[in-house]
Amino acid sequence: MRGALAALFWREIAIARRIGGAGALGLVFFLILVTIAPFAVGPDLALLARIGPALMWIGALLATLLGLDRLFQADQEDGSLDVLITCDVPLELVVATKCLAHWAMTGLPLVIASPLLGLMLAIDGVTLAAVALTLLVGTPALTFIGAIGAALTVSLRRGGLLMAILVLPFAVPILIFGTSAAAAAAGGSVPFATPFLVLCGLALFALAASPFAAAAALREIDA
Amino acid sequence: MLKYANPTNFLTLAAKLLPWLGAATAALFAFGLYLGFFVAPADAVQGEIFRIMYIHVPAAWLAMLGYVAMAGSALGTLVWRHPLADVAQKAAAPLGAAFTFVCLVTGSLWGKPTWGTWWVWDPRLTSVLVLFIMYLGLIALWQTIEDPGRAARAAAILTLVGIVNIPIIKFSVDWNSLHQGESVFRAGGSTIYPTMLWPLLVMAVAFTLLFVTLLIMSMRNEILRRRVRRLSLLAADLAR
Repeated sequence: MRGALAALFWREIAIARRIGGAGALGLVFFLILVTIAPFAVGPDLALLARIGPALMWIGALLATLLGLDRLFQADQEDGSLDVLITCDVPLELVVATKCLAHWAMTGLPLVIASPLLGLMLAIDGVTLAAVALTLLVGTPALTFIGAIGAALTVSLRRGGLLMAILVLPFAVPILIFGTSAAAAAAGGSVPFATPFLVLCGLALFALAASPFAAAAALREIDA
Repeated sequence: MLKYANPTNFLTLAAKLLPWLGAATAALFAFGLYLGFFVAPADAVQGEIFRIMYIHVPAAWLAMLGYVAMAGSALGTLVWRHPLADVAQKAAAPLGAAFTFVCLVTGSLWGKPTWGTWWVWDPRLTSVLVLFIMYLGLIALWQTIEDPGRAARAAAILTLVGIVNIPIIKFSVDWNSLHQGESVFRAGGSTIYPTMLWPLLVMAVAFTLLFVTLLIMSMRNEILRRRVRRLSLLAADLAR
């Protein structure tokens, strides 16, 4: 079973690398979001430093949603989703593996690039490390929560927008604790660990529970 | 329950119940509004404006009750595959959204004279707004998936995911406001006097009856709509 999941993981990575280059595109999208923000709020470095962590979180949230609607749709169109549903490996693990691969191609590059973009927003070193750390914990949770939306809209032609509407309310807690932790690191009334540990807890819960909901949705809708 | 798996049995029951429910709703509304607007004394601090509470607070309760009703029906869809549960789920979503909307609007109207602003990012307001968006998302999901059975199962899963998530969202939003020093409001000031409380309870029952009446009417419409859909599909098939 482990071999099958590993094969699935590398298949997903290979597809993501060869077709469309979702990972690189997400990164460019993140870059342009950070770039247009100073045009909107003005190039005031003090203001940018203050709202920078929040900007990066919103950017990461939107960049994660990008391409997520294709997570199961491409498989449904070419029929491989039926194979995945009927094979011996539990569908929950298949979903988790696909999410992990998707995160490795879209979320992970964002986390790695975030310190660089943070420098452009005049965020100081400690806060920058904190933002990167919260993104490292938060983005996998966003991908896993998004998988529920992707599974629910698997059979829809233009499911992307609907998926965003369905998923974003559920991303609110992650966003709140991610930005709170980043703000705490920048110097706040609470220590960094408090919101960060809650963020970790929420992320672990999302990682554990989402595959079940997404797998249930795939079974119910594709059947 | 098994008896009403047959929609025709449900339609017969609905036809019998609806006049009574409608009459009871109207009577309780008249009584509650009379109590609220003429019997209850004006508030010592807020004056007459507090009377909007008799619309606002029951609407807020029904906004939450609507979601609970939807989640119960969602279980009925997924666990027992009860055909009526599908219909109840679909019918409850716009109703819940409507009550949430009424709650938000009356709250905003109440907020302007008392707090001096239409909207604040207060935890309670924010979580009701998120609830409203979740209702809208569910309605959108119902409308985009064409096959009714498939739409019901998708909506059921989303509703159940939502019922797990609502407490988490509420907790996060509360935490956020507590630690970023936003203003926290207390409703009404002191504890409510019986003369003010009674109209509220009557209005709460009236709102609940209104919800049930509208739910049954809307379920009836949905059943008829599905019959029309099936008949028109058959007719199209025959014409071919």
